[in-house]
Amino acid sequence: MSDPLLSVRNLTKVFGGLVAVDSVSFDVARGEVVGLLGDNGAGKSTLIKCVSGVHASEEGEIVFDGEPVAFASPMDARRAGIETIYQDLALANNLDVGANIFLGREVKTRRLGGLVQTLDDKHMREQSRQTIDSLQIRIPTLTEPIEKLSGGQRQAVAIARAVYWDARLMIMDEPTNNLGVPEQHKVLDLIRMLKRRGVPVILITHVMPDALQVTDRIIVMHRGRKVAEKITAHTNAEELVQYMVGAREDAPT
Amino acid sequence: MAGAQALKNSEDQVLSESASKIALSRDLAASAALTPSQRAAIFLSRVWAWVFLGLMALFFVVSVPLATGGSVSFLTIRNSQNILVAIIPVLLLGLGQTFVIIAAGIDLSVGWVMSLASVLSALALRGAFNSGLPLFPSVVAGLAGGVGGAALVGFVNGVIIAKLKVPAFIVTLGTSFITRGAAYLLSENSTVIGLPFGLRAYGNDALLYYIPGAGGGLYFLHRPEVGGELLRHMDIIFPYPVVVTAVVVAWAIFLLHRTQFGRHTYAIGGGMDAAVRSGIPVDRRIIQLYILSAATSGVAGWLSTLRFTAGSAVIGDPLLLSSIAAVIIGGVSMFGGSGTIIGTVIGALIIAVLTTGLVMLNVEAFWQFIVVGAVVIIAVLIDQSRDLIIGRTKRGLRR
Repeated sequence: MSDPLLSVRNLTKVFGGLVAVDSVSFDVARGEVVGLLGDNGAGKSTLIKCVSGVHASEEGEIVFDGEPVAFASPMDARRAGIETIYQDLALANNLDVGANIFLGREVKTRRLGGLVQTLDDKHMREQSRQTIDSLQIRIPTLTEPIEKLSGGQRQAVAIARAVYWDARLMIMDEPTNNLGVPEQHKVLDLIRMLKRRGVPVILITHVMPDALQVTDRIIVMHRGRKVAEKITAHTNAEELVQYMVGAREDAPT
Repeated sequence: MAGAQALKNSEDQVLSESASKIALSRDLAASAALTPSQRAAIFLSRVWAWVFLGLMALFFVVSVPLATGGSVSFLTIRNSQNILVAIIPVLLLGLGQTFVIIAAGIDLSVGWVMSLASVLSALALRGAFNSGLPLFPSVVAGLAGGVGGAALVGFVNGVIIAKLKVPAFIVTLGTSFITRGAAYLLSENSTVIGLPFGLRAYGNDALLYYIPGAGGGLYFLHRPEVGGELLRHMDIIFPYPVVVTAVVVAWAIFLLHRTQFGRHTYAIGGGMDAAVRSGIPVDRRIIQLYILSAATSGVAGWLSTLRFTAGSAVIGDPLLLSSIAAVIIGGVSMFGGSGTIIGTVIGALIIAVLTTGLVMLNVEAFWQFIVVGAVVIIAVLIDQSRDLIIGRTKRGLRR
């Protein structure tokens, strides 16, 4: 394996007296899909929030693309190329696809000889259309508020936004939650598509089949600690469940 | 293999769980494919305000001559101008309020901010004129004083709401009382007088004058020197305050629908979390929104000072609820996230046409309140029925 894109070393995060993440280390290589598995409260989300700039960690080191990083905010992490898609997607449901993909980073154009700045909706819509097409996503209309789209389509919009802004690492938090089965498959297809494009993905999930279907490697967390790290092809659901519920634990690597 | 079996079991579980999800999503899909009657209902709910305005105007056009035995007509130039003048304060207060409510906020201070602006602009104008400035620069000083003072209140509102996280309802309720007290104190008991006499022209002269019949004609930017019968029949078309308001409306349309600020206003109303995480400078936008709301109210205060040649600390008091009514009738959702400037203009027009028409029908004035109140509730009912039809998820009231 070449240099990992992301390398987390002995990361610890404490909330009051609770050690939410306890000295966790892991790597993500370029073009790799890593599953982060664990029950509720296992520390998956906290770990990921440390990587994506939401939390500052107490101890440990995060190395991204060979450089040690300390993100002060989620925007910082995004600027570096780490895009996180949370369960609520962080989309504005009252705005259309183009407005959402460019939300907070709107493209403006000068009018009346540079006197006023207006939104360049045409450009934003065109760019959105291209990105959506390149991901082979089908969305009925780009000009209606996205509240009219299905859960899977909105998930796709969030992914398209990350792709448009050149995400170098994508973190997805339970992306198949609250979706129907066909939509779950679409989202998993999108993750495979990202992998083919060389964008590594960290997939946070507690849905075993999802993890086994699309990941290359699976990290299992239990009570804040990393209890297992397995090549997906060399493990199975039963073994992973044992790690998830705390019945088994590997020595820290 | 035990592992494969476990995987199979968990897959089965997922499948059985998702069977109900599929049924659910099928229901949603069915509702997404709308029947023609549903489409018609949605279309009607979008344009109902226009339709309502048109039907109401038509009703008065027919009923006013009938009720008065033909001596009074609703459809006159003079009446149209009266309506335009009447909507100015309600509309200006409503414009800023439209932005704030789209961003899922509320500004209860606009009425008294208008009062304060009226007093401040009168003081600034009088001070400037008495210190030797010509009239026009003094009027501009009045604008600066009124809008500047109002904007300061808006800034305080915005900072407390955005930075100290106090609900907008409470903050603007508080500043509303504070501004009320300040307006009375500064005006030394409600009215600022002693303004230059020539001021009357700024608040009451117009773009066009029209005198029908012999000896009459159309006059542009110039009040004809006529008397008697001719003067009685002279129509004053587009008084300057109407022109100023039209400019503010055009600017508001541009700001809300064509700029990044407007886009962020919708995004904040659509979902605060999404706005924050998308990197929108939410705090700064909220402060700007309340400054904007106060500023359009400030313009209203300044215009009222020009119109009455006096600053008044009570002028804006009754206008707060009318302005919110105009915004709601215009289709702005109180939950935030949707609405247009044109909607608010229509809402203000509906209130003004209703009020004027009822007066011309010699209906007891208090009925106006009852009718306007009913229209507000009907407007929201129509809005909600559309939501029901297209199955939009209800969002909770925020901030």
